[in-house]
Amino acid sequence: MKKTLLAVILAVACVACLAACGGSEPAPAPAPETQSQAPVVASVPVMTHEEYVAAPLDSQVCVETYIQAKQGWWENQATIYTQAEDGAYFLYNMPCTEEDYNNVLTVGTKIKVTGFKSEWSGEVEIIDATYEVIEGETYIANPIDVTDLLGTDELIAHQNEFVSFKGLKVAASKDANGNDAAYLYNWDGSGSKGDDLYFNVEDAKGNVYQFTVESYLCGADTEVYQAVEALQIGQTVDLEGFLYWYEGVNPHITNVVVK
Amino acid sequence: MKKFKKSVLLVLSVLMVLGLFTGCHGAKKSASFIVPEEFDTSKHYDITFWAKNDTNKFQTDIYQKAIDDFEALYPNITVNMRLYTDYAKIYNDVITNIATETTPNVCITYPDHIATYKTGENVVVPLDQLFADEKYGLGGSELKFDGPSLEEVVPEFLEECKLGDSYYALPYMRSTEACYINKDMVEALGYKVPDVLTWDYIWEVSEAATKKDANGNYAINGQKVLIPFIYKSTDNMMISMLKQLDAGYSDEQGNIYIFNDDTKSILNTIAEHTASGAFSTFKISGYPANFLNAGQCIFAIDSTAGATWMGSDAPNSDISPDKFIRFDTEVRTIPQFDTENQKMISQGPSLCVFNKEDPQEVVASWLFAQYMLTNDVQIAYSETEGYIPVTTKAQNAPEYVQYLADCGKDTSTHYEVKIKAAKLLIDHTSDTFVTPVFNGSTSLRDAAGQMIENVTKSVRRKEKVDDKYINKMYDDVTSLYRLDQLNASGGSSKADLGPLPGTSIALLVILGVVWLMILAYLIYGQAKKKVNK
Repeated sequence: MKKTLLAVILAVACVACLAACGGSEPAPAPAPETQSQAPVVASVPVMTHEEYVAAPLDSQVCVETYIQAKQGWWENQATIYTQAEDGAYFLYNMPCTEEDYNNVLTVGTKIKVTGFKSEWSGEVEIIDATYEVIEGETYIANPIDVTDLLGTDELIAHQNEFVSFKGLKVAASKDANGNDAAYLYNWDGSGSKGDDLYFNVEDAKGNVYQFTVESYLCGADTEVYQAVEALQIGQTVDLEGFLYWYEGVNPHITNVVVK
Repeated sequence: MKKFKKSVLLVLSVLMVLGLFTGCHGAKKSASFIVPEEFDTSKHYDITFWAKNDTNKFQTDIYQKAIDDFEALYPNITVNMRLYTDYAKIYNDVITNIATETTPNVCITYPDHIATYKTGENVVVPLDQLFADEKYGLGGSELKFDGPSLEEVVPEFLEECKLGDSYYALPYMRSTEACYINKDMVEALGYKVPDVLTWDYIWEVSEAATKKDANGNYAINGQKVLIPFIYKSTDNMMISMLKQLDAGYSDEQGNIYIFNDDTKSILNTIAEHTASGAFSTFKISGYPANFLNAGQCIFAIDSTAGATWMGSDAPNSDISPDKFIRFDTEVRTIPQFDTENQKMISQGPSLCVFNKEDPQEVVASWLFAQYMLTNDVQIAYSETEGYIPVTTKAQNAPEYVQYLADCGKDTSTHYEVKIKAAKLLIDHTSDTFVTPVFNGSTSLRDAAGQMIENVTKSVRRKEKVDDKYINKMYDDVTSLYRLDQLNASGGSSKADLGPLPGTSIALLVILGVVWLMILAYLIYGQAKKKVNK
């Protein structure tokens, strides 16, 4: 009995010691739960894409859409490319758990999204959103060829959609030393492998556009990232990606085929 | 045999307890750093340097040249650089690597971040002894380069690197915020740009600019888009306004005072001017420079380290050339409440040195950190943006003085807006301030900006912003950023921790009792053996 008591006391002391030992690691101040709060949103009827486009900026919107690709998850917020059959929606920093991001919000999944329509440097997106998974239906968009719309006012109607460009020519960019390069790490060549890739393409009319491999969407280990790293000036390429906007068209490329 | 087993069990139990005692406080702790007598040049040291650039190819090149030049002077040291474009990413990576003892040797950082790093014991090297070391300290006799002496580091910037009683960083570059102004538009509205802007002035001119013509275009620019006043860092906006008002923010013990009536008044003013379309923020609308250069903004407040993006001839731009308009750019300090007592934030990267098991490796790291303060590095890097060197040695160097004098000579190295921004900080160094640093000060800074973002967003969404809204937001932000939990972990590590808490006393008593019982048991066992014999 005495030995048992001693063992119990020892065990308690051990546990107490272990509990008391947690102080030697750095103790970062508690991180915010999320960077921005998703406000409590009133019930809004589900909109068509046309109604969404017509809705004013900063107004509350509600759409049903399908996940097409995921850009990243950071501090309980996800950035996601989505598209329905009538149009696309970019969800920026939507509060969600890592578990949901990895296991629930999979490509093709249908979600009902309620949030606020916003515009940042030309990109129209839904922010401060909440979501609800709708079981059953799935949808993955086929790319729509918008090559002929490059440089026209009609292109923006396809903003955020999964699109393709055919027969564009790789044009020179200027690297950090002012030399011609087929692609750059960061917009000015100041980066290194793993950073966003920027490359120029020229259409049949001779207009040059800057396309991007967004490193959170397609990192250095992806086929598209490596394919762009292998591009040569003058090559003809077919491309696929999401029609993102930043001070003008700035597609986030997900596939490159050299012709 | 049974008896033997019990004895072994007992001994093992005692050893386990002893093991716990010895393991408790040293698990992943390095010994505190002591400066060696000599730096051992016969051994090779690989050190890592985590650097931050502003997505600027010239800065990357300067880092690399500095490394090459340093390695030429110290062939036994190899510097491996890892580049970041975001301070927050460096911070997160350092935190992760502290746990695995794989911190870099030197890293670009902010004192707010160091306050967190140094909550781990002996993680960051206090630099006081190194500063003063005769051989390897600032201006030391054994240095292979012409570095600054302690007196030649700008005192205001050096002081920012002091946490508690010790220095934990070297300043590397400094900037402040500036207001970049479309002078043509201001004058077209019937105003002059004063030498010192006031908040009243900037709100008045911004409001005047919101008038539209019959077609719904803004009268001042003939465009559908105009945001007269855009602030890049709303953290800084709130912090600077509170400082100028001498209002509560926080203290060095981590006490939070930001939720006060001055803050409420600031937020109400911002709400009023957001409602009229006179004001927005970077997070909500986009980069101030893009709007300014397209004639869609009159007052753009951003870092002086962003000056190369501002103005009609800006060497850096994210907008296409056809969107640019021509205008004269004026550069001023941020708006003030008291023009006779200007206050503006001091910001910019510092360098900290991480502790390692081998003190020689720490010296190698320190030598490299110190090398970054030599004139060649300081002048070259500061010229990439509206930064200024952190040493008077560099600021007074003929080469740098000539650089400033050549303001406007070209639109690249001597780009007028950039050099005006740099001069602004040189002229106002004594007017700069930093906020108190403690473990958690980064969260408070984020919360300060978040309140402006929330109010601005809410007004744009036609939500009612009043005292009730702001009081609720105070609660929400406190909870979101866990500001109510900061006091326990915040504050200087040197602060008086007060008497032992009751639980600790109870634990010590339990341990004492257990030891006494073990001892009593052993004595009892021995006595029993003797009796049996």
